[in-house]
Amino acid sequence: MIREKARVKTFKINGTDVTGKSNQTILEVANDHEIKIPTLCYMKGLSCVGACRMCLVEIKGSHKLIPACTGKIKEGMEVETETESLKKHRKFILSMIFAERNHVCSVCVSNGHCELQDMSVELDMKHSSVPYIYPKFEVDASHERFVYDPNRCIVCTRCVRVCNEVEGAHALDIIDRGINSKIIHDMDEPWALSESCTSCGKCVQVCPTGTLTEKGVSSAEMVKKKSLIIDLLEARENRDRK
Amino acid sequence: MSKVRVATIWLDGCSGCHMSFLDMDERLVEIAEKIDVVYSPYVDTKEFPGDVDLTIVEGALSTDHDITMIKKIRKNSKKIMALGDCAITGNVSAMKNLSGSEAVLQRGYFELADENKLGRVPSEVVPKLLDTVHPLHEIVPIDFYVPGCPTPADAIYKAITDILEGKEPDTKELTRFGK
Repeated sequence: MIREKARVKTFKINGTDVTGKSNQTILEVANDHEIKIPTLCYMKGLSCVGACRMCLVEIKGSHKLIPACTGKIKEGMEVETETESLKKHRKFILSMIFAERNHVCSVCVSNGHCELQDMSVELDMKHSSVPYIYPKFEVDASHERFVYDPNRCIVCTRCVRVCNEVEGAHALDIIDRGINSKIIHDMDEPWALSESCTSCGKCVQVCPTGTLTEKGVSSAEMVKKKSLIIDLLEARENRDRK
Repeated sequence: MSKVRVATIWLDGCSGCHMSFLDMDERLVEIAEKIDVVYSPYVDTKEFPGDVDLTIVEGALSTDHDITMIKKIRKNSKKIMALGDCAITGNVSAMKNLSGSEAVLQRGYFELADENKLGRVPSEVVPKLLDTVHPLHEIVPIDFYVPGCPTPADAIYKAITDILEGKEPDTKELTRFGK
């Protein structure tokens, strides 16, 4: 891995002075200083896309809210991560994520191990502030080892990114736009017919909800190996260094 | 001091939350000293009374009768607590919304029925199904939300005692969607 030359920058998060390298994002610097910013689509080791908007932060002097995961740091900037207005926005966005699909926690394989469910507790979202839409999606259980249930998808695109960036297969992508966007295999074919899928299962392990799961698990049984990607990337780096 | 008038009702749910309520065990005695249960599946009142301090509602809104009841509850209650995921999100009760009432009736009364002497879907006495199942707050304003499937007894106890003390119920540590 070629390391870029990076300058150190100093700025403020929630009134506290912090320092980061110029190629770091606000989220990375916050994490380094143990300042917690809620995230859903972010996953260490994968590229950042700002899809879920959970990590929105305020920057003094700007009227726009920006996602901390893609926001670059600037010398002297003043970032706020926990204002009342941000909490309200995050709760509303989380409501929209819940309302857009059919998240029935009680009967989900990922019940108790779901990052979306955890987020409702973290943000204290006790009910949806927007009406549920109840879109209808067919479950794809064609693959011999895995199941894809779009009803539980939050379109975070971790699966798309891990398949492209770590596995190198790019078997997954997104079709359509906005509220209609959906994860697909190849050219929207059943999973079993995907020629580019290597059946490695990385997409299953990084999926934050019960959308991509192993076959044969019952309610609350699906526990994912989230550390897999970091372990894999570190192992590769160590190998390359030798 | 007069006791707090509490009602509980079971709409479109499995009664699991009402079972969980009973799982408060000996704490029920403590609560009973502070409240009067004026309407509930646990007691024999036929009509929903007026002047209720707190109504605890389990279940989603699935029929015309549920809508009539929740509106009456809102009118007659100072506070309403939505208890459990069905009341708050629609949960399993709202899974019908993916296929519609017709498909559900067809499945229940014909495809899976061992016996259906009527030869049709019953239309008398039973309430009419709505096209869409709703969580409570989509129809009337709700004061408190206590999720869970079913909501654990500890969370119900905490919620009720918080409310009796005049506080906003804080059950974050004890329950969540799907718990």
